[in-house]
Amino acid sequence: MSSAAFLVIAVLTLAGALAAATLPKLIHAALSLVVAFVGVAAFYFLLGAEFVGLVQVFVYVGAVAVLIVFTILLTRREEESARGFQWTGAVIALAVFAALLFAVLKTPSLSVAAGPIEALTVKSIGQVLMTDYVWPLQCAGLVLTAALVGALILVMEEKR
Amino acid sequence: MTPTLTTFLVVSAALFCVGLLAALSRRNAIFILIGIEMMLAAANLNFVAFWRFGHESQPPTGVMIAIFAIAIAAAEAAVGLALVIAVYRHYNTTNVTRLDRLKG
Amino acid sequence: MTPWIVTYLWLIPTAPLAASLIILRIGNSRRTGAATLAILGQISALALAVAAFLPTLQTPGYRAFHNLSWFTFGEQTVRIGWLLDPLTAAMLLMITLVSLCIFVFSIGYMANDRNFTRFFAYLSFFTAAMLGVVIANSLLLLFVCWELVGLASYLLIGFWIHKPSAAAAAKKAFITTRIGDIGFLLGIVWLYSGSGTLLFYDNGRGCLENAGLLAIGASSTLIALLVFCGAVGKSGQFPLHVWLPDAMEGPTPVSALIHAATMVAAGVFLIARVYPLFSLGAIGGVTPSLTVVVWIGVITALMASLIAVAQFDLKRVLAYSTVSQLGLMMVSLGVGGVAAGIMHLLAHGFFKALLFLGAGSVIHETHDEQDIRKMGGLRGSMRLTFLTYAVGMMALSGVPLFFSGAWTKEEILHTTARWPQSQAPHSLMMLGVVLTALYMTRQMLYVFFGNPRAASGNAHESPSIMKLPLIVLAACTIAFSVVLTPAWPWLHGYLSGNAAHLNFALLIQPMLFVSLALVVAGVALGVLIYRKVGDTDPLQRHQPGLFRFLEDKMWLDELYARTVIASSRTAARFSDWMDRYLWDGFVRAFGGLGQLLGILTKGFDERGINAGVDEGVVGARGLGRFMSAAHSGRIQTYLGAVAVGMLTLLLVYAWLA
Repeated sequence: MSSAAFLVIAVLTLAGALAAATLPKLIHAALSLVVAFVGVAAFYFLLGAEFVGLVQVFVYVGAVAVLIVFTILLTRREEESARGFQWTGAVIALAVFAALLFAVLKTPSLSVAAGPIEALTVKSIGQVLMTDYVWPLQCAGLVLTAALVGALILVMEEKR
Repeated sequence: MTPTLTTFLVVSAALFCVGLLAALSRRNAIFILIGIEMMLAAANLNFVAFWRFGHESQPPTGVMIAIFAIAIAAAEAAVGLALVIAVYRHYNTTNVTRLDRLKG
Repeated sequence: MTPWIVTYLWLIPTAPLAASLIILRIGNSRRTGAATLAILGQISALALAVAAFLPTLQTPGYRAFHNLSWFTFGEQTVRIGWLLDPLTAAMLLMITLVSLCIFVFSIGYMANDRNFTRFFAYLSFFTAAMLGVVIANSLLLLFVCWELVGLASYLLIGFWIHKPSAAAAAKKAFITTRIGDIGFLLGIVWLYSGSGTLLFYDNGRGCLENAGLLAIGASSTLIALLVFCGAVGKSGQFPLHVWLPDAMEGPTPVSALIHAATMVAAGVFLIARVYPLFSLGAIGGVTPSLTVVVWIGVITALMASLIAVAQFDLKRVLAYSTVSQLGLMMVSLGVGGVAAGIMHLLAHGFFKALLFLGAGSVIHETHDEQDIRKMGGLRGSMRLTFLTYAVGMMALSGVPLFFSGAWTKEEILHTTARWPQSQAPHSLMMLGVVLTALYMTRQMLYVFFGNPRAASGNAHESPSIMKLPLIVLAACTIAFSVVLTPAWPWLHGYLSGNAAHLNFALLIQPMLFVSLALVVAGVALGVLIYRKVGDTDPLQRHQPGLFRFLEDKMWLDELYARTVIASSRTAARFSDWMDRYLWDGFVRAFGGLGQLLGILTKGFDERGINAGVDEGVVGARGLGRFMSAAHSGRIQTYLGAVAVGMLTLLLVYAWLA
């Protein structure tokens, strides 16, 4: 695991996320969000979980980002005014970050280097999914179906 | 310096807090959803990082949780965005400060 | 040692692709820039194709490839690569040269079009995709480029999107070819599961080499037939040929590109490329899959040339002639004449581009008139177009000695005669040759001879930028025959890996007289029937029923509308019914069950629980009033409260630890 790659990805991800959180135009924010998501996917690749990385790209970059862009398209009427930013939120977020940082840095058992690990193949993920995780898998399928139907009902034009 | 678990946790904590920032400080409902997606991604990153820095030949629980979390997050995003559209149709705005019907 | 060009073969499609992307960037107003860029891209592709052609001349049966891994996924590595062999090199030369001519022609033809730059971007993209198909050493890469060719054809056929018929034709082409592509994709997946690789050649491990073919074994017939489905769609073979004539809705240079250099050539090329799959386990050169190829080809060739006799649209006649020539190529591939089929493909590329550009020139000068009944007498006013068109017509009909089409056709007839299974394809193909000569004569007589009719009033010669490609292509059509003759079968030897020797004694063969007789018969018949043409066709007067049948394309479109489309509509209606009545019934039954439960519990609820709850409510209301002051109703306040709570928990944790 090279530190250079880590550094580059971390800077990319956090910059994308910060831009997504602060840019005034919604569409710019959505596109920066894509950058942040791709960065997270790169982290997964760096961690050796290629499958999760691919799923991240497919689901977030491929689907969620597009959904967000469509929603922006469908609800665009007013530009957010410059006064839209609320400083209390920033203060709370900073405080939470400080507390998290404090907790993480204070725990010495966390500063371990990466050891060797069994390669995680798609085959093994598939096997685990079909054996140990078969019930969660079915439930996830059900939830997704329900979400799909629910989302459809929510956006359906009411006919009277 | 090679990255340790601590560095990953710090990065994901930062990502989480940026998400929190987006969710708390923006007035558009879509930004709140964007923030929530970021926070979820940060949590997933933690799971995968803990798996990677764990023992060799352990079951890939962290990875599996991340996969399921992504699936659920996709459902959440779909429903959330549908809600935004429905709210927009109803109130003609996505500004959350104007949506205060819950006011007691 | 591998020459540098093999490693950098990818540059050939990249040149037009880059041109296409830049043209799309520079915007709609820079017309000269767009045309220059597109032509520069073509010229560099042509130069690189020549560079790729040279090493293949050194040794007979030259083959070189360069593979690299595309991406690794878990423990599987997907590899792609490019391949250089005589087939690739010859196709590259033909495609780049013909495309260059078509590009130059388009400058004149599209001069007044509003979307001039977009047109050149699409054209460049089209050739780039086709060049990608040709250089691919991996079925996966080939399929990707194959689909890009489909996309480009969709964009170009529907280029005049404001015409509803063009939009419909583009959709039809896309969907019809997609039907074939589903089969192709299934074949690819099956091939991968059998052989574990999609590379064609990989030092003995590729899927077209011994080890790979051995691993596939008996399933090769079905795989080959599935791959053939893709070729049927792209190359307009029966029963998926219906899109090709409709593709005439695109601008004429596009038709030329589709029918000569790109799209339809892809299917024939694909069969030639994966030929080992088809011929695996052949007994005397015959396998079940090849037999299917032969008969599909025969049906296509005959059907299309019959329909062509009764069409009045200048371009549609040419379209059906393409379909029939493609059928002929398929027959040739099926009976084992791979070299002959590819030779005909190359020769056809030149003269069909010539014919289409000639037709484009006519259409341009008669102000977008495509009905041959309204033309006539153009021989005098468009001298050069007439001469070059005549060259193309004679090459297509197969007039011997000077025209490339004749030699390749003769070669194909030769090969079909030697097919052990049946002589029927041979005799039917001879009939096809007569028909080809007949309908081309008919078209010539209609368009260029006789008295001028409505549309040919003030037609005059096209601008010189449109004349130049016609001259080049006509010269190519004639010059190309030098390497095709039996006296010096250089191209045949080059494609099949043998050296060719010069022997003039072989120039005149009995087959030559047979084909000469066939062509003369066709032309004579044509002159006899269409000597005096007017607004009605002589054939139409004497055989109105038969003519109607052919003019309406044997009612195949109507048949598809009544069967395939109607049945899918019925299926949709059936699903709708199921949804409404069957599944809804289930849901309603569940609902009823829930209601029943509700009624049962209601009684208990009202009497037992409510009284206790009422007491609690009074107390809760007081508390609620107090709490409601803290509730602004804004979700962000709530969210912030959650975050503060989390912060507090963290601090407690820190304090405890």
